[in-house]
Amino acid sequence: MEKKIYSVSDITSTIKSLLEESLPTVWVEGEISNLKAHYSGHLYFSLKDSGAQISAVIWKSRAGLLDFEPADGQQIRALGNIRLYEKSGRYQLDIIKAQPAGKGDLQEAFEKLKAKLLSEGLFDAENKKSLQEFPRKIAIITSPTGAAIRDILNILKRRAPYLDLIVRPAKVQGVGAASDIATAIKEINEYGDVDALIVGRGGGSLEDLWAFNEEVVARAIYESKIPIVSAVGHEVDFTIADFVADLRAPTPSAAAELIVTDRSELAGYFMGLQSQMQRAISGNLNLLIQKVSSLQNSYGLRRSGDLINQYAQRVDELSARCEKAFLGQFSQKQVKLSNLAKRINSLSPQVTLARGYSITYANGKIITDISKLKKWQVIETEVANGKIESTINKLKF
Amino acid sequence: MKKDIKFETALQRLEKIVEQLESGEVELDKSIKIFEEGNELVKLCLEKLNSAEKKVKQLSKESDGTFTLEDFE
Repeated sequence: MEKKIYSVSDITSTIKSLLEESLPTVWVEGEISNLKAHYSGHLYFSLKDSGAQISAVIWKSRAGLLDFEPADGQQIRALGNIRLYEKSGRYQLDIIKAQPAGKGDLQEAFEKLKAKLLSEGLFDAENKKSLQEFPRKIAIITSPTGAAIRDILNILKRRAPYLDLIVRPAKVQGVGAASDIATAIKEINEYGDVDALIVGRGGGSLEDLWAFNEEVVARAIYESKIPIVSAVGHEVDFTIADFVADLRAPTPSAAAELIVTDRSELAGYFMGLQSQMQRAISGNLNLLIQKVSSLQNSYGLRRSGDLINQYAQRVDELSARCEKAFLGQFSQKQVKLSNLAKRINSLSPQVTLARGYSITYANGKIITDISKLKKWQVIETEVANGKIESTINKLKF
Repeated sequence: MKKDIKFETALQRLEKIVEQLESGEVELDKSIKIFEEGNELVKLCLEKLNSAEKKVKQLSKESDGTFTLEDFE
């Protein structure tokens, strides 16, 4: 029997026609691996699943039409033809078009729901509730075991340890997740005693995040009386929940940062107000000191030097204590400061005048010796709120 | 003064006190009084800011519709 001897080219050509003619244009789903973007613009990679792999190519002209950025590890659905290359004896999938696996249907559902809720006004800015500047009680709806809850709790505890934090564990992916999240939002509203609500989860695939694209979650967020911060996935992930929420945080950690002022920032503000008070009261004290020294120099009071010196000294002391009071331990010194201020006031010549005493001057000098006065001489008497000019009728020694 | 003072309330009061002190129109006696009050507010707020962490609670709704809070984790 005569043996048929094929040349390599002949057998390859036979395989090529068997392969290419018997397989129509097909859809293939698999994961991209070993992606190489050639400088020519062609994309070379393997499509694989757990059991096999196949070489694949997207020529430059078609690569430009893709509406996603292929990456290693990505699951795609590709439409293409099997081609055998005689020269290398290799076959590969020549891809005509491709899309991320599963994305098509979900993306469509997303766009549809987004358009519907938008037209119903669920995303309107005027329906958004504003967050309290200083919330005291915050509730968190997320998976109790995920990274998101750790991140949120860590940040909130660091920034505001005084906060009351309540976790309402919820299923955040898979069957039943959306309804559990919606129920959780309703429960927190029913419970009521909460200033703000964080709803979210960590990063994941579009499918993982899907619960946050469900209508039941969107409606629960919209109906919440408590302001809601959405915190789903990474910065690039936008979900329907984000559009409805009162505030969208790019990540769970960011939600924790947005919701409360950092305590050191707040402490700084308080201390700023404190030094403002300090400056103001020191200023007021300085005015008082000036008043004292002008009284000290006033012609009428030179002779009561002791009293005035005492007074001035006490004001100095008061001022010094006032400064000290700000250096830390306020309370005790404040009491002393306040007592001191009262005593100073009682020593003031003006307070003495107010009690009904008066000072009488002759030729601008305080009268302390009646023998130096003459009948009909004009004298001046100072009382609390003015001066009286009078003429001496009679002198009694 | 209440220990659970709200920051909003404290800030509003403090801002008012600063304004009064800066106006210079308050008598010394009164100015020292409000100054003390202000210091006390700052002290309480700083204490609150530095207070120890509170325990995180977990909320659950019982079948009878009531809510219970227990320690989380």
